[in-house]
Amino acid sequence: MGHIGAQTWEFPRKPVIVATATVVGPKEGEGPLRESFDKVYTDLYMGEKSWERAERALLHDAVTICLEHAKINSSDVQMMLAGDLTNQIISSTFTARTFGTPFMGQFGACSVSMQTLGLAALLVDSEFAKNVVAAAVSHSSTAERQFRYPTEYGGQKPPTAQCTVTGAGAALIAHQGTGPRIALATMGKVIDLGVSSPWEMGAAMAPAAVDTLTCHFRDTGYSWNDYDLVATGDLGSVGHRIAIDLLKEHSIAPDERFVDCGMMIYRKDQAEVFSGGSGAGCSAVVSYGYLLRQLSEGRMKRMLIVATGALLSTVTSLQGESIPCIAHAVTIEREGEYQ
Amino acid sequence: MIFLWAFLIGGLICVFGQLLMDTTKWTPGHIMTFLVVIGVVLGGIGVYDPLIKFAGAGATVPITSFGNALVHGALSEAKMHGWIGLITGIFEVTSAGISAAIIFGFFASVVFRAKG
Repeated sequence: MGHIGAQTWEFPRKPVIVATATVVGPKEGEGPLRESFDKVYTDLYMGEKSWERAERALLHDAVTICLEHAKINSSDVQMMLAGDLTNQIISSTFTARTFGTPFMGQFGACSVSMQTLGLAALLVDSEFAKNVVAAAVSHSSTAERQFRYPTEYGGQKPPTAQCTVTGAGAALIAHQGTGPRIALATMGKVIDLGVSSPWEMGAAMAPAAVDTLTCHFRDTGYSWNDYDLVATGDLGSVGHRIAIDLLKEHSIAPDERFVDCGMMIYRKDQAEVFSGGSGAGCSAVVSYGYLLRQLSEGRMKRMLIVATGALLSTVTSLQGESIPCIAHAVTIEREGEYQ
Repeated sequence: MIFLWAFLIGGLICVFGQLLMDTTKWTPGHIMTFLVVIGVVLGGIGVYDPLIKFAGAGATVPITSFGNALVHGALSEAKMHGWIGLITGIFEVTSAGISAAIIFGFFASVVFRAKG
């Protein structure tokens, strides 16, 4: 118990995800998972005057609804862990000032959903906190401005590009209560195989996802058959295929239980979704909205969510540097199934 | 007839740009700069003006024309003021386009919001 293998935490008390909340933008609301989300905005500005304020509104709503679902006040929360993709993670920090809880901002690019969830489980399991909020947010238009080109520029994108999800997901992790339980977390290493094109994030991140996955199986002794579902965060259809090929090199043959949140959130015929969704909000809203429901409604017993992150900045990108990537995996089990 | 040539020449320049987009790892910024430089070279060796005569808007609308205009400004100032004209004249012809982009960009941003 505790630290097992090379990179894995095993939580003896199996902290509980007592409540979650997801808030998304219009494009995600038109997608196949619409019914899974708690709130869908039809206005990309969320009634705010700037994209950055809109992103904060998403996170604020997600945390507020999450606390409502858990029926507790923010004063009962001992720690809030949140992250996003903007410079200095302003969406998380600016939102945290309204809740008045202790706060630690996290950056892990799109892997931050599982980074915060794993860390929250650690805090609760070690009894340094009773209630911890883990949250992640992204907005397509702040991400375009941050990493690519402002929309007004009208630059073309290749089919390997991905669409940043506009959405926020929050979870409340507690030492007791009812809900899915966090059993394990495998925290990833930074992996860089030399992909430098910001249009090929899926290809850049796939090796990191595979590294964390194989390490998770080595550390825990689990195999593919111990899971009803293994979901990567935002590899998209291009990165997903690469991940399958890489897993086969490790003598692991993934079947239809291997899915990607980025491929689930949009319909293929939606405009400008390219090879799928991405962003910190992608794995957060799909996991907290749709995937956990599969556990709580009894369709699945145990799942592994591997959130993937590309740790580049615009400066390194302009200087032609390659893209270091990371993936964090968290094992979530159905209540009462393995305790 | 010039309509046909405008269509073909302008189209070919765009096809060239699209090929660069699809087959290279260059950013849109790289490709735009490359096309401007091509215009500069073609203008400098005296090929671009005959092309404009031949294809009209097919040659003046694409960004290569901007490179041609940069050269014209520099050369005409150089004729009047000597070497220093190469520097002072670069934006002579193109200043209308650059100023218009800034001014109209400003007005557009006052009236409209980005759609995302």
